[in-house]
Amino acid sequence: MSAEIAPSSRAAYPWITLRTRLLSLRVDRRVPPVLALALLATLAAMVVNIGVGEYPVPPLDVVRTVLGLPTGNEDYSFIVNTLRLPRMLVAALVGLALGVSGAIMQGLTRNPLADPGILGISAGAGLVAVTLIVVVRNVPAGIIPLAAFGGAVTIAALIYLLAWRGGDSPIRLILVGIGLGAICGALTTLIITFGDIYDVQRALIWLTGSVYGRSWTEFWPLVPWIVVFVPLALLLARDLNALNLGEDVARGLGSPVARRRGLLLLTAVALAAATVAAAGTIGFVGLMAPHIARRLVGPDHNGLLFTAGVIGALIVVAADLVGRTIFAPIELPVGLVTAVVGAPFFIYLLWRTRRG
Amino acid sequence: MSTLTTQNLTLAYDQATIIDGMDVTIPSGQITALVGPNGCGKSTLLRGLARLLAPRGGAAYLDGKAIHHLPTRELAKQLGILPQSPVAPEGLTVRELVAQGRYPHQSWFQQWAADDESAVNKALALTGMLEFADRPVDALSGGQRQRAWIAMTLAQETAVILLDEPTTFLDLSHQIEVLQLLERLNRAQGRTIVMVVHDLNHATRHASHVVALKAGAVAASGPPADIVTPALLRAVFNVEADVVPDPRTGVPLCIAYGLAETPDEYDET
Repeated sequence: MSAEIAPSSRAAYPWITLRTRLLSLRVDRRVPPVLALALLATLAAMVVNIGVGEYPVPPLDVVRTVLGLPTGNEDYSFIVNTLRLPRMLVAALVGLALGVSGAIMQGLTRNPLADPGILGISAGAGLVAVTLIVVVRNVPAGIIPLAAFGGAVTIAALIYLLAWRGGDSPIRLILVGIGLGAICGALTTLIITFGDIYDVQRALIWLTGSVYGRSWTEFWPLVPWIVVFVPLALLLARDLNALNLGEDVARGLGSPVARRRGLLLLTAVALAAATVAAAGTIGFVGLMAPHIARRLVGPDHNGLLFTAGVIGALIVVAADLVGRTIFAPIELPVGLVTAVVGAPFFIYLLWRTRRG
Repeated sequence: MSTLTTQNLTLAYDQATIIDGMDVTIPSGQITALVGPNGCGKSTLLRGLARLLAPRGGAAYLDGKAIHHLPTRELAKQLGILPQSPVAPEGLTVRELVAQGRYPHQSWFQQWAADDESAVNKALALTGMLEFADRPVDALSGGQRQRAWIAMTLAQETAVILLDEPTTFLDLSHQIEVLQLLERLNRAQGRTIVMVVHDLNHATRHASHVVALKAGAVAASGPPADIVTPALLRAVFNVEADVVPDPRTGVPLCIAYGLAETPDEYDET
């Protein structure tokens, strides 16, 4: 069995092909360099982000501490590995999940404006989680991601019933999503207003869309969701490509449309819900990351999904870095930073879609 | 060979029954045109043949097997469908679009085998799209775009290709471009082609078999020279027309000059 990696003889052949007896794949040739650069940039942003703060740690020492090498400063291990590293990992995984989730939603709805935040799916997850924390109280931490997932699924089902089935008008989908999101947001506010102050504080910590104070306790529950659903998304990339051509074309190509669409939607919703449980509702990342990724590697979901995920991770880590440093020592929540950049981006897309 | 037939096929959207108990046979290895006035059910019939619409009663058959009971992937290796005015995602190149046609032949482990690549290149060459292969579909002219979509359907390597109004929204030269391509595919490769067309003269000139529908039923079916007559045009399209032999090919050419006299409406001239 010999692996041949064949960049075709033609000069501008757009694909890199991997072909063995057991496996054959192709990917846009822009994907490997873009992914490598985006991963490097994300790692660099994480290192810088871990280094800054009230107690600064030089970047090289950050890397040495994370790798368990001696640095000559015993405090570093606590500051880096206990306080700041889990926060950064949560930020990166949340960005990854949001980027992949947004890319799936945009491909599935064929709508450039789709995003778990804008469609109200994150708000649905938030409402359920706040209800558990403030109204039910004393819920084990492991239950909250599952419950948030339930809330997200409910909103996704409502959107599907109210907007999607009766034709796929992009604006209608977005309006229904914003409407449902607003209802969930209002109910969440109501619950918070009447809740016990201690519970409310706990709910608010992550509801604001922040990775502040995230520790290994928030990191580990997030991991299984990523480990299951990101690879599942990558496996479904071919079906997403087919569905992105429209339902009739996908069906004509032999895709089991209803089942694959359901599985893709479940994946997108699960990833979005997991991010809400870990870091609250961080808006616009799922909107922006796929657009940036599409510009860099083209619309083929084989390369696009993971690229959108890494770009999402970069956005969240970089936004958190900005939030921590711009008004230091005051910290802005990462969701505020992404909204400041993302809202104009959304309006620009809305304007372009209306004209188109 | 692959023969498409329907037996007692009934197709409906929600409450509205469009086609009620239709029997029709599509000859294999030929170009068949489905014609008829708006709302006669020709696109609905095509969707029924392509399992995009489940039958309310009866069935469509491919080589004697009920289309709706065939595994969808297996059917996709034998029958391709190009819906009306499909839209490609922004920025998708022609080559990427055509590669999607390989979907039914791929698996999770074999996503880009040598067969896939050669089928895509062949489809690009057949449709004359090689030189545009790396352009975005949305940057092409209407005719080129339609050729790109046809190339995608070709890459599927099916014996039967169904097309819903492949020439709609194209200007005259692009219409001819697409219809001649279909003729070439039929002649050079023996593919069975079924297309819904609006222009009756396109049907008579480019198809060897015509199925004329009216109100969800077959009004006539056969070679154009046998069935296209002033009487048929009056009955199906409600127009008065002369049918003359095409000066070059001899196929019937329809020149409509007025609406047929009907007992109700239309007093004015």
